[in-house]
Order: sequence, then C-alpha cells, then structure tokens
Amino acid sequence: MDEARIARRGVGPRLWLAGGWLLLALLAAIFAPLVAPQDPLAQDLMLERLPPFWMSGAEPGYWLGTDSLGRDLLSRLIFGGRIAFIVAFAAAFAACLVGSTLGLIAGYFGGWADRIISRIVDIWMAFPPVLFAILLVAVLGTGLSSVIIAIAVIDWTRFCRVIRAEAMGQSRMDYVENARIAGYDRIGIMLREVLPNVVPSIVALLSLEMGIAVIVEAILSFVNLSISTDDPTWGGIIAEGRLSIHQAWWVLVFPLITLILTVLSFSQFGEALKARFDPVLR
Amino acid sequence: MLLQRFLIRLLTMAITLFGVAVVVFVVIRVAPGDPIAMMLPPGATDADIARLRALYGLDRTIVQQFFIWLSGVVRGDFGTSISLRQDVLGLVFNRLPATLELATVALVMAVAIGGTAAILGARERGTAVEAGIDIASGTALSIPDFLWGLVLILLFGVLIPVFDISGRVSPQLNLPFVTQFYLFESILRLRFDLTWDLLKHMLMPAVALALPLAAIISQLLKQSLKEVLDLDYVVLARVKGFSETQVILREALKNAALPTLTLVGVQFTFLIGGTVIVERLFSYEGLGNMAIDAVINRDLPLIQGIVLVFALLFVLINLTVDMMYALLNPRLRHG
Amino acid sequence: MSADCLDIRNLSAVLANGQRVLRSVSLSVQPGEVRALVGESGAGKTMIGKAVLGVLPSSVRIVEGDMLLEGEDLGRLQPKARRTLIGARTALIPQDPLTALNPSRRIGPQMTDRLVRILGWSGQRADARIRQLLDEVQIRDPDRVLKSYPHELSGGMRQRVLIAAAFAAEPRLIVADEPTTALDVTVQKQILRLITQLQREHGTAILFVTHDLGVVAKISQKVSVLYAGKVVEEADTAALFAAPQHLYTRALMAATPRYTDPFASLKPVDEAVLAGLAAEIADADQAWRPRHG
Repeated sequence: MDEARIARRGVGPRLWLAGGWLLLALLAAIFAPLVAPQDPLAQDLMLERLPPFWMSGAEPGYWLGTDSLGRDLLSRLIFGGRIAFIVAFAAAFAACLVGSTLGLIAGYFGGWADRIISRIVDIWMAFPPVLFAILLVAVLGTGLSSVIIAIAVIDWTRFCRVIRAEAMGQSRMDYVENARIAGYDRIGIMLREVLPNVVPSIVALLSLEMGIAVIVEAILSFVNLSISTDDPTWGGIIAEGRLSIHQAWWVLVFPLITLILTVLSFSQFGEALKARFDPVLR
Repeated sequence: MLLQRFLIRLLTMAITLFGVAVVVFVVIRVAPGDPIAMMLPPGATDADIARLRALYGLDRTIVQQFFIWLSGVVRGDFGTSISLRQDVLGLVFNRLPATLELATVALVMAVAIGGTAAILGARERGTAVEAGIDIASGTALSIPDFLWGLVLILLFGVLIPVFDISGRVSPQLNLPFVTQFYLFESILRLRFDLTWDLLKHMLMPAVALALPLAAIISQLLKQSLKEVLDLDYVVLARVKGFSETQVILREALKNAALPTLTLVGVQFTFLIGGTVIVERLFSYEGLGNMAIDAVINRDLPLIQGIVLVFALLFVLINLTVDMMYALLNPRLRHG
Repeated sequence: MSADCLDIRNLSAVLANGQRVLRSVSLSVQPGEVRALVGESGAGKTMIGKAVLGVLPSSVRIVEGDMLLEGEDLGRLQPKARRTLIGARTALIPQDPLTALNPSRRIGPQMTDRLVRILGWSGQRADARIRQLLDEVQIRDPDRVLKSYPHELSGGMRQRVLIAAAFAAEPRLIVADEPTTALDVTVQKQILRLITQLQREHGTAILFVTHDLGVVAKISQKVSVLYAGKVVEEADTAALFAAPQHLYTRALMAATPRYTDPFASLKPVDEAVLAGLAAEIADADQAWRPRHG
C-alpha cells in the first residue's frame, strides 16, 4: 500500500521527463528537413571529423561535429530518428497485436489452444533473439519492412507470455464466471471482461517494446543489415563511431546518448502509464 | 517424483529442439539469393553450379533436405560449412568454449554484483542506501547489453584506456593451449600472466552482459529477502545475538534465493543470447561473432548448426535450473 | 543491592503515524520468577517482549523509558554490545513453532548455533548440552530429531525443540510469547507443564506473554494486566484472582471461559468498561509528551 503510494508520487516527474524527451525527439524526426542544420548526406572532405561546438576547431553550423566523411552529426541523428521511430511504432504494434491476441486466447481458453501456443513460445524462447533477427533480415532482404517484420516475429512472445498469465488469472475471477452464467458467449466475455483488465499491462509492454525495437534496429544497422546504407540510422552512426573511436569519439558518444535517453524514456513512460492506468494502484 | 519430473522435462526439451530445427530450416530456405552462386568464381557455368548444389544436397525438396540434415544431426554430423569449407560441428566446438567462458564470467559477476546489492539493500532497508540501489538497478535494467558495451568501450577503452576493447587475447602472445577453454586452461597451467590477459579482454564484454542480469537479481532477491526478514525464525536468530548481516547470510539468503533462482535461469539464456551482439561489438572470437559472419555469408549449414547449439544450451540451462530448484527445496526433496 | 532480572521503567512507543502503542509501561521481573503479561490481542503485550529483545518491527519507535537487564541499561549500550548481551542472557520461546524454525536448515545446527557462534562453546560441548535439554523436554530420539528438517516434525515436537534451545544457554530471562496459542489443546497442557518444570529446575525468570487467564493462573507468580498499551493492574497472581481491583481485570475475568460454566465464555468484555477506559486513555494521551525523542 505504502509502496504503491510512493510509486504514484513518483509518476509525475518521471512521466514528464520521459514524455518530454520522446516528444522532442519525435518532433525533430517529423520535421527533420526543417530542423536539421545541414544535409545529412552531404559529404565534404574539407570538414571531416570536426569536433563538437565547444571544442577548438569546431565550425559554426556543425553543432555536434562531423564524421570521417565530413557529414554533420546532428543532422544525421535527427534524420536517423525518423527510421528509429517508424520502426519503434510499427514493430511494437505488430508484435503487440500478434502476441496479445495469442496470449489472450491461450490464457482465457486454456486447454489445447494454450498447449499449442505455449509450446510455440517455448520454441521461440530457445532462439537467441538478436541472432534470429539478423537471420530474418538477411533472409527477407535489407529494408524498412524487413526490419519491422523481423522485430515483430522475434518479440511477440514477450506480449504473449505476460498477457497469457494475466488473462489466466482474470478468467478465474468471479465476474467472468458470472458473465458466463448470464449466457454471454466466450469470445464476447474475453473481449468485454478480460481484455480491459489486461490493457494496462499491454500499454506498458508496448512502450517498453518500442524502446527494444529502437535497440534492435540499431543493432541491425550496426551489423550493416538494416535499411539501405544511404539513409542515416542511429545504429549506422554508432558503427561508424566504433571504427573511428580513437580519432573522433563524438561520433559514438552522441548517438549513444540519444539511444540511452530514448530507451530509458520508453521504459519509464511505460511504467508510469501502467501506474496511472492500473485500476488497483489508482 | 524427481525422476518423473526429469523425464517430462526431457521430452518437452526434445519437442522444443525439433521445433527450433524446423523453424530455422524453413526460414533459411525461404532466403532469396543462391549461396552456391556466391561461392563460385564469376565465370562458373550452370553445370558447375548444379554440381555443387547436388554436393550440398540443395537440389532436393525442402522436406527431403530437412530429414537428410536431421538424420545427420542425430548422428552428430551437422554438415559442411559453405563459406569456410569445414565441418560445422568442428567449427562450433572450436568457438563455443570462448562463448561459454564469457557467459560464465558474466554470470558470476552478475550474481556477485546483484547478490551484494540485494544483501546490502535488505540490510539497509528503508534508508537512502536502499533507494540508491533501487535507482541504480532500475537504470542498469533499462539499458540493454549492447548499449552498456558501447558505454564501457568509451569509458575504459578510450577515456581511461585500462582494458582491451577487441579480441579474446593479445595476438602477440604465444599460447600453449591444447583446448579452446583458454581461461580455464591458463589457470590449470598456472599461467596467470595469460589468465590476466584473457580477463583484461573479457572483463568489459562480461560486465556489459552482466549488468542487466545483476539488476534483476538485485531487485528480486532484495524483495524476497525483505519478505523473509520479517519471519519468526529470523526474529529468533536476532534474539540469539546474530548481527543483521549474519542473519541475512545464515538464515534468510537460502530461502530467499529459491524464487530468484528460477528467474535467473531464464535470464541467463537471455544473457547468452546477448553474447551474439556483444561479441561482435568487442570483436571477441566466440560463437556469436561467427554466427553473424555465417548469416552475412549465407552459410546455411553453419547457421543451422549454431542456432541449434544455442537452443540446446538454452534448454539445458532451463533443465538444470529446474533440477536445482527441486534439489535445493527440502520440501520437494523429501516430500 | 541485587538487581532485578528485568526492570522496565516508563516505556512508551509510537507507530510511524504517531499513534501510541505502549503507554509508560513499568514492570519488573525478579530472578527466577514468572511474570505473566496478560491482555487482549492488540494490547501491546507482544511489543513489550519484542522491545526487551530489541526486535521491534521498524514501524515501531521507542520514544521514552528505560529497560534494564540485570542492571545494565539496554538503551545506553552500543548496538553490537546490546546484541551480544541479549544473545547471552535472554532467549525467546516464540508463538508459532511452525514459522520459528528455518525450513531449509536441519534442527541440530539451529539449536547449537547460539552456543557455538555467539557464546563460543566447542561443537562437542554444545551437542552434549542440546542432547541433555532434548532429554529434559522428553524427546527420546534426539539423533533423528537433530538430523530432521522442521517440516518433518509435528507442531508439538517443534515447540519442544524451541523450548530446549531457549533453555540450553542458561539464560537469565526468557520471553515466552504466547508459546501455546498455536497448538492443539492437549499439546498445550504438556508444553505448559514442560515450561513450568524446566523453569523451576533451571531457576530462569520468564516474562510470559499470554491472553489466557487460565494459563496465567497455572504458570505465574506475578501478573501485569495490559490494556491498550497501558498496565492497568499489577499484583501477585493469587491476589489478583482472589480480588481483582481494576474494572477491566474483572471484565476480562468475566469473559474468560470456565469449564464449570461453558456458557459464560460467550460474554464479551463489557462495553461500558471499555468505553470508560478509552476515555481515560484519551485524556492521558492529551496530557502526554515524551520526555525526549
């Protein structure tokens, strides 16, 4: 009880900080052509490896410096955010749709449906997820839709496991029993009585999954398997930064900070949303 | 009862592994692009390609290919790597020890860090120390191993260059090893100079892998410790004159660790899954690094072999944890 | 001057929200004497025992008063010294034998660990001592019991084990916290007889916490009656039963079942008495300020 109260008191600033960063990054990505100070693809060998603005040797207009091809880091980060957010939303919703549906069916109906779905989840859990994603993108061919499909295919189990357990708990509750006695059909009960009670968990997982999708996309770009090589991606910038780490540390530091803030924000945002929507805590 | 439990687990293990084999086989056969064409020089004729396809069995139907491959796997024959032209099992066994050593060091670190944090947090419950541990573990948990690896590379590879950030061992060293378990063997041979060099390479990838797991252990174990510390037998131990630290270590830890143990098993498989990208990040010559090369080179037999070995590792870990749980719980043991 | 075994003076404690749970409690236990502490649940009688042993829950805070164990002021000792003193000179017979033994440790080490690790005895000496005590609590197969895990023993057996362990180190004071409440009625009688017997043989002082006046009559020489964290009456046990002075004591006696008159057990403590007491305590709380803290 006390812990719940403390958690709720913490909701305010956490939600605002996390939401604030996500909104800022999202708006920058949407309006990238207007916001970005430079063309993210323009190479200029006269401007290679410029340091960020506070160091000597920096050029005005290249706030965070440039990479080894003289491309502006800030502009590349802003444009990279476009792919990151598209992947985050699309992949997380796809994984959520598949995983939650299967989890709800397994948890509510039980029996054979549960046995088959749980076995499939077990098989999926026996794959190293990153390797599975890399394999899928290699098979499907690089590109935005491949990345989204790959992430959804590897991560639907996260939703399925959690929602299955919750739906199973819900279906044993008296009000579900009452609805059944009242003569409602099973699918109707599942959607009307069980689903609303698992929504807070779905929302929290969805937010968490968006953060994970951003990371997986970065990993795929890092091993050079994400989108076409021209478009800037956060993982691609990190891969460049890893190579030139001793000459230009900023090429690694800034995308890393961006990724960490984004991932932390997505998970904190999810936690805060769950605390706010959870009927028990509220 | 224990035996029955064990047999049921073995059966589900076999089903899971069969499922993994089917899934990976189907997925990589869907791949566009011909791995054989990539192997041959540009001037190769269609006849050359056909011959090589027949050699690797790629001219049969997918179901036939699957059962040919599966019957080989059962006999310990995983086929021949297309890109490296070597026996897949030999390649896997050559690299697996490096990954196992890395994962084990990471697990030990995670248990040490997470366990210490949990014990400290439980002893100082309700104070600023506990709040600090909560914030630290929350952060460690939210940031995945890939990002921790990059942070560590920046901090201890560039800013304060104390550790090596690439490879498994310094290349100029002359290695006397006969197995691939370098770390283990260096200790057995009392070559602690080599142990130190190996650890210097291993430390940062291991920390990157360990931090999220350490955070989970710290959170779960602290929670169950706090529950146990209110129980009567713990109060009795305090009356006997034992200090709070002694009480936690002697009376509470074992009972509180049981619920944590089950979760650590699953989380350890996640840790091993993480070695794939962390090895890549640190250019560590393990199984995961080879797996990514295999995917990029479209080396089908090698990918199949590696994925199956990972899957086997995962189900074995789950089996071990399940059995350990049964053995450590006196009620299950004697019940 | 021979010091009291236990001397509690003006002990007050509050919850985190400021609510008082102990109200200037004073009581003493002489060497070798059994002092019963009787009251309904929630009266704070268990709190007093826990305060003496230094195991109050973190939500309860002592705001005033002194506790002297054989003349040593527990409040003035460093935590480590206090812990050692309590470990050496006191023991606890807990309420629920089911939860008071660690489920994952064998009985043997749980009984000897205080002797060996706190008092510094040799393992051999501790083992011999424990076997002697097991014999005193009429456990006839000590080998089996010492090797058992708690769940392999019955509730009565576990309580015997806990009693043996409490007496093993020859403590000066034992706090018995409702040691029979969780047991079957038939087992209750045996356990009570055992405690009385061992107390006489070892000459140990006992602070015996109970809600059961029947138990008070059987076991104690002195009794303190507690209501809402306040000692409302204190007397020799025989005198109390002969002529209870306080209204609440009389009400409590009236509410206690008697085998001669089973229907009397259905009477609750008189509402009017409780209302009067509540008003009295509210007045006292208004005037009360802790002297320090």
